[in-house]
Amino acid sequence: MSHEALHVTPCSLLWLIPAFPLMGFLINGLLRRKQKEAVAGIIASLAMFASFLVSLMVFFRLLNLPHDGRVLIQTLYTWFGVGDFLVNVSFQIDPLSAIMILVVSGVGFLIHVYSIGYMKGDPGVVRYFTQLNLFAFFMLMLVMADNYLLMFLGWEGVGLCSYLLIGFWYEDLNNARAGMKAFVVNRIGDFGFLLGMLLIFTTFGSLQYSVVFERAAEFPVGSSVITALTLLLFVGATGKSAQIPLYTWLPDAMAGPTPVSALIHAATMVTAGVYMVARSNLLYTLAPVSLAVVAGIGAATAIFAASIGLVQKDIKKVLAYSTVSQLGYMFLACGVGAFGAGIFHLMTHAFFKALLFLGAGSVIHAMHHYLHHVGSHANAQDMDNMGGLKAWLPRTFGTMLIATLAIAGIPGLSGFFSKDEIFWKAFSSGHYVVWVIGLIAAGMTAFYMFRLVYLTFYGEFRSAKKDQHPHESPAVMTVPLIILAVLSIIGGWVGIPHALGGGNQFEAWLEPVFASSLHVSEMVHGEGGVGLELSLMALATLIALAGIGLAYWFYRKRTDLPDKVAAGARALYNLLFHKYYVDEIYNAIVVKPLREVSRVFLWRVFDAGIVDGAVNGMAKVMAQVGQNARRAQTGQVSNYALVFGVAVIVILLAFVL
Amino acid sequence: MLSWIIFLPLLGAGLILLLPKDNKALIRNVALATTLLDLALCIPLYLGFDPTTASLQFEESATWIPTLGSSYHIGVDGISLWLLLLTAFLGPLCILGSRGIEKRVKEYHFSFLFLMTGMMGVFSAWDLVLFYVFWEVMLVPMYLLIGIWGHENRIYAAVKFFIYTMVGSLLMLVAILWMYFQSADPTTGLRTFDLLAIYQMPRPPIQAQMWLFAAFGLAFAIKVPMFPFHTWLPDAHVEAPTAGSVILAGVLLKMGTYGFLRYCMPLFPAATVAFVPLISVLAIIGIIYGALVSMVQPNMKKLVAYSSVSHLGFVMLGLFALNQQGVQGGLLQMINHGISTGALFFLVGMLYDRRHTFNISDFGGLAKVMPVYTTVFIIVALSSLGLPGLNGFVGEFLILLGTFKSNPTYAVFAASGVILAAVYLLWMIQRVFYGSVDKEVNSALPDLTLRERTILFPLVIVIVWMGVYPQMFLSKMETSVRVFLENMPK
Repeated sequence: MSHEALHVTPCSLLWLIPAFPLMGFLINGLLRRKQKEAVAGIIASLAMFASFLVSLMVFFRLLNLPHDGRVLIQTLYTWFGVGDFLVNVSFQIDPLSAIMILVVSGVGFLIHVYSIGYMKGDPGVVRYFTQLNLFAFFMLMLVMADNYLLMFLGWEGVGLCSYLLIGFWYEDLNNARAGMKAFVVNRIGDFGFLLGMLLIFTTFGSLQYSVVFERAAEFPVGSSVITALTLLLFVGATGKSAQIPLYTWLPDAMAGPTPVSALIHAATMVTAGVYMVARSNLLYTLAPVSLAVVAGIGAATAIFAASIGLVQKDIKKVLAYSTVSQLGYMFLACGVGAFGAGIFHLMTHAFFKALLFLGAGSVIHAMHHYLHHVGSHANAQDMDNMGGLKAWLPRTFGTMLIATLAIAGIPGLSGFFSKDEIFWKAFSSGHYVVWVIGLIAAGMTAFYMFRLVYLTFYGEFRSAKKDQHPHESPAVMTVPLIILAVLSIIGGWVGIPHALGGGNQFEAWLEPVFASSLHVSEMVHGEGGVGLELSLMALATLIALAGIGLAYWFYRKRTDLPDKVAAGARALYNLLFHKYYVDEIYNAIVVKPLREVSRVFLWRVFDAGIVDGAVNGMAKVMAQVGQNARRAQTGQVSNYALVFGVAVIVILLAFVL
Repeated sequence: MLSWIIFLPLLGAGLILLLPKDNKALIRNVALATTLLDLALCIPLYLGFDPTTASLQFEESATWIPTLGSSYHIGVDGISLWLLLLTAFLGPLCILGSRGIEKRVKEYHFSFLFLMTGMMGVFSAWDLVLFYVFWEVMLVPMYLLIGIWGHENRIYAAVKFFIYTMVGSLLMLVAILWMYFQSADPTTGLRTFDLLAIYQMPRPPIQAQMWLFAAFGLAFAIKVPMFPFHTWLPDAHVEAPTAGSVILAGVLLKMGTYGFLRYCMPLFPAATVAFVPLISVLAIIGIIYGALVSMVQPNMKKLVAYSSVSHLGFVMLGLFALNQQGVQGGLLQMINHGISTGALFFLVGMLYDRRHTFNISDFGGLAKVMPVYTTVFIIVALSSLGLPGLNGFVGEFLILLGTFKSNPTYAVFAASGVILAAVYLLWMIQRVFYGSVDKEVNSALPDLTLRERTILFPLVIVIVWMGVYPQMFLSKMETSVRVFLENMPK
């Protein structure tokens, strides 16, 4: 049928990858009442591990196939078909989805294990693992689907789990509110995704990737319909991946348990938008306007969110804005046509950001227990209450420091290679403005991350009471941290650029996925040579070091400075601390008016007043007429006969005429 | 056999008349057995249904009023099959859900079974007089169910329901008579009410079609209900007893959409095309308006009622897309709505049984107290808001696809309803289930009983089944819908 179909290999293992977490979900879900806490966590983790093992097998099977034929497929059944529309439940594993399933099941497994320790003793722990497994199932469906509609199933499914897990501690209504906000804002994005799919189908006659891309290749660059549908899809991506203007749900999503933040709101789900754009790379390449929008939104989000992250006090909020910002980098990469670099950063970010969140979780865990122990009601997530924790949380500190160095872009660590790849591709393809924005945001990243490390781990412990102190988390939590720390270091080594003598195997691995896009545009490929690349690298490193230095100066040397600066630029500080008041603005111009107009005008005035009033009024008139008509009932047969006769004549006339 | 399916409930009703009125348990069990047997009779109907043909199946014909050219003519095609099955499926669940009825148990079950026969008759009739008789017959037991077993304001709601429906029915009757007088065979001069015969005849001139479409259409639009004829619905729903609401939403509203599909559209095709813009715009207003008004309701049952206006707007939009995806999507969405909204009314009713209130503000934090109930409620709500993997999504997607093909602008507006559905349902869930239990009366509410689970679990299974494997449902309707569309003007 399709051109690619010639190079695909059937693989009957694929269904197992999402099936294991689904089984975990069903077992824990159906036995929820009787299930023991410890068993639930083990079942859920085993399900993830099994899924990871199958993913590895699939990966190696893919590796053994010839370079241009690395596509495994499995079709299960027809989901639904009506008229000329048909969509299957079928999977496709190519180099891109292979990376995704490894990240999702691998990092997912580590976070499941960590959760056993973190959630220990929580009364809702069975529900927690049930929903976490369900999330993994949907996430795997999302990345394994061979068509847009099945991807959409995963897409909305992960949104559901995100909603449930953000509001996991629902007894605090604020958590439930954050969950609902996430779902609704994502739905706004999904509205775009949905319309995009409709346009894809009416344009290409299918929602299956292979068919869509093959037919799209016959369209000219800049065709308006492809521009329209890629922009619509991107609306979906801004929702799921928390980009301007739909990013506002992600910081609130930190209300969920911290491992959830690590898995869903950092490593996997929020990268779905990037995956979708990369998956649709040919469509985007055919629509330069859309690419420019993607790059622009990505760059704007990267710097915007980073600036908010500079002043937040809540440790998870800093990481949340950092995630929004890093996702911006990934879109920036896609927008300049460097899809491979975007996916590379997606992978390394999954390692170091998951680690940062789990580390923060370990800190919060320790703080929570400590504060509880000393009878304090202080906020366990507020960095103002922390300080000096490295003495008592050495493993957490060490691993978090590695992740911080990685995200800051220190040479040798994973984040350095992926971020640098993005900078180089942006620069070499002539996108100087987004490149500069990216560099500035990188400086900010280094600053706010080291601010976090200094405020948390260095200096005086600001909640000290008597001779008590927080304790390091158990091994079930720290071992995943250590594994992720190793990955945060070496995870980038698969993509060492040629300029540094590496082979950039990562780019080569993904090359077949993006090959058709490269046919369309010959941008990206490096002009300027090795020397230029190396100097840009040095520049980026210097900026990162400058950010770190500034953080050191502010938070280690002159600790009076932050307050002074904040006082000196009060307006700017407030603007940043209150996140540019975007939530308040949305509330005032969208949420409130909609609610009030519906309540007062549509319901009370229009529905109950006008429509119902008209009906009731009519009923009153009828009743009145009835009262009067009663007088016509005279009991005189001749009167009845007269009326009857007239009526018959009228009706007959009506039919004759 | 089809006659058995239609009239078995009536037989059961007759049997109940003979029972002593104090033996409530016996009455309930007879009613339950009747509906279960009826459902069992539907199994051969499903298995024996041939999806490859659009012609009438399980057809039965008997002389009835030969002088008027009216006969007892019934049958099933791919358009009515699932509506019949839906009615039969909801029947036993409703009887089971009526265990709380203590007042006039005998009359209640008599009315309910009588209503079942009326509804199934409407879906099976292939003669205009027969159809009209079933249509009107249905009205009486529904009126009684609301008026006698309803809540505080039941009389107002029942009368409103009755008047609204009667107004539409009368115009329809005039139109049916007009059709009859026009149906004279040119050679024999014989007239007929037979639907198949009328299908074969040339269509009336466009001017007449417009009037006839309007007359039939008004009756159906009130039943659907389409904006702005919907205001009887919230009152009727809120006041009706639980099973009444379930049947009202699950089946009675489908009479309207079914009426369009069976009568208005095929009989007056030119008028149908001319009416597409008006109906589509009203449908879209219904989708958005219903959702917005739903969002601000302080009363759970009213919220669900208004959401029906929104969902049925989707159905109408799909039917009037006049293409395969739109019509099949609309048809599937009728079933989906019957299942999901039926389940929501059951759930709201179960809460009412415990607390005697529908006010959202009387609840809060129930997830802690009633975890199983909460889980079921969330699954049903997700199906109602169109989450992929559950039933509602497939219908909505097909409707939007069909609409997009015929008019992308309509689809864009309609799709915004998808966002709003999430808002009103999740906001209700948040206020009812989340937060802390801040009212003492709610702190010890019992979770679902065995009987309640028996009602809800079949519904949940169907919700998942239809979402995961909708093809089973769609394949039975495909041929009938295709032939229906072939007869529409291009």
